[in-house]
Amino acid sequence: MLYTVRETLIAFRRAPLLTGLSAAMVGLALFVVGLFGLATYNVRVYLETLEERVEVVAYLRDDATTADIAAMEGALTMLPEVLWVDFVTKAEALEKARELPEVSEIFTGLDVNPLPASIEIQLRPGNRTPAAADRIAQQAALHSIVEDVEYGQEWVDKLFTLRRMGAVTTTVLGTAFAVVAALIIGTAVRIAIFARREEIKIMQSVGARDGFIHRPFLLEGGITGALGGILAVALTYTTFWSVDYYLFVISWIPWEWAGIGVSFGIAFGVVASGYAVRKHLREV
Amino acid sequence: MDNINLRGYGPHLIKFIHVTKEYSRPEPALSDVSFHLVKGQFSFLTGHSGSGKSTALRLAHLVERPTHGEVCASGFSSLRTSRRDVWKLRRKVGFVFQDFRLLPGRTALENISFALEVIDSPKKQILPRAQRLLGQVGLAPKAGSWVDELSGGEQQRVAIARALASEPLLLLADEPTGNLDERATRGIIDLFWEINALGMTVLMATHDLELMRQYSSARVLELDEGHLVYDSAKAEPAFAESMRGPDEAPA
Repeated sequence: MLYTVRETLIAFRRAPLLTGLSAAMVGLALFVVGLFGLATYNVRVYLETLEERVEVVAYLRDDATTADIAAMEGALTMLPEVLWVDFVTKAEALEKARELPEVSEIFTGLDVNPLPASIEIQLRPGNRTPAAADRIAQQAALHSIVEDVEYGQEWVDKLFTLRRMGAVTTTVLGTAFAVVAALIIGTAVRIAIFARREEIKIMQSVGARDGFIHRPFLLEGGITGALGGILAVALTYTTFWSVDYYLFVISWIPWEWAGIGVSFGIAFGVVASGYAVRKHLREV
Repeated sequence: MDNINLRGYGPHLIKFIHVTKEYSRPEPALSDVSFHLVKGQFSFLTGHSGSGKSTALRLAHLVERPTHGEVCASGFSSLRTSRRDVWKLRRKVGFVFQDFRLLPGRTALENISFALEVIDSPKKQILPRAQRLLGQVGLAPKAGSWVDELSGGEQQRVAIARALASEPLLLLADEPTGNLDERATRGIIDLFWEINALGMTVLMATHDLELMRQYSSARVLELDEGHLVYDSAKAEPAFAESMRGPDEAPA
């Protein structure tokens, strides 16, 4: 182990520019992943606030009785997807409309209240999906006192499509740039092997085990990946701080994500080095 | 130097069994070569440049594998030793190169200590063993000298000491005196003879006929264009006569 650490440090001292450049390139590749992660996280946070507004509204007929309304409320509350239900009277509906700037003018000064009473149905977290909203809407529509049911089908669908796209995009781009990072590390290790080929030949000729020869390169790859990962986190945080300070409020990613990012950097570094060592050591 | 324990390895320490080695060029580097060396034998492997000497040594060290046939060295067969296990053979078969292949930027002692570290020697034993090995090749006073401060002959002695670090049973040498003057050459060959006298089997590639005449009791294997054309163990008297020096009596 001492030999492994010593030889790795010697390698870094011997070629600091190569090490620095490799770590910088890995860092930049992972920085792009970090930016997409930051964007995806913030889109997710924003979408989660929108999801809280996913509710089903059942508009009631004017001749709905108090007993029918209570029965409907009771039946809907029993559904597992439903968090709460709230009966909104005609007067309350008019009051709410008058508070909306875009339509307050229309509803102010009316002698007749055109708005129906309604039952607003809020879904539980995890059930605020187009499918769940549609199921609840269909359940509500079964009641005879219901005139119409709405839940904003179009924008709910778009919301979830956007969320899926964000996840897929991050995964695809993340994978692509992780491959780039692995290639960079592999190339740096190949250069290091070439630079130390005479020493490696001597080690092989006197009977060194493969592991003895490989370990310094694996450690070198892991450290390069770690440095790159840390650099990526630093650059991503700098970007977050700049946008948050100068442009608009955004959220920083959970620190666990940053930790995972650095861990991936280390893992890619080790794996890429291992592959490069196995492939190119035979050419020595 | 300690006597070498050769128990358990059979009578032959190195065997070439119908060995052919082909590369991309039309003529094979070695063509159906068969011979064996018994334990404790000192053998020269001779031939002009390109005759296949270095190829034979590389096959014996499992740097490469034969295209056909089998090479066995110190109990390891080219057909049955996987790439993962080659290191085991290399600890039983030492190799001395023509160009020494010492690590620059290190002292004579550090070069040997490095080899001992590489072969998993216990840490506490590395320094004393390295010093002992240097003493055995007559370079104890030069332990602290940098490699580039040593003469060619001294560097080759360090290389020999390094090759002995793993206490091998067989020592291969590829033109070890090729870069040395006459006096240094004599010193190196004498060192090899001393090592052989303790039981080490030695196979040395050389094209120096004068050298072989001076050590005429050694076995001689001659390669020509990849073919084994002469083996002194089966030699005709006339050729054996030509290998003796003017003052030597016939066998």
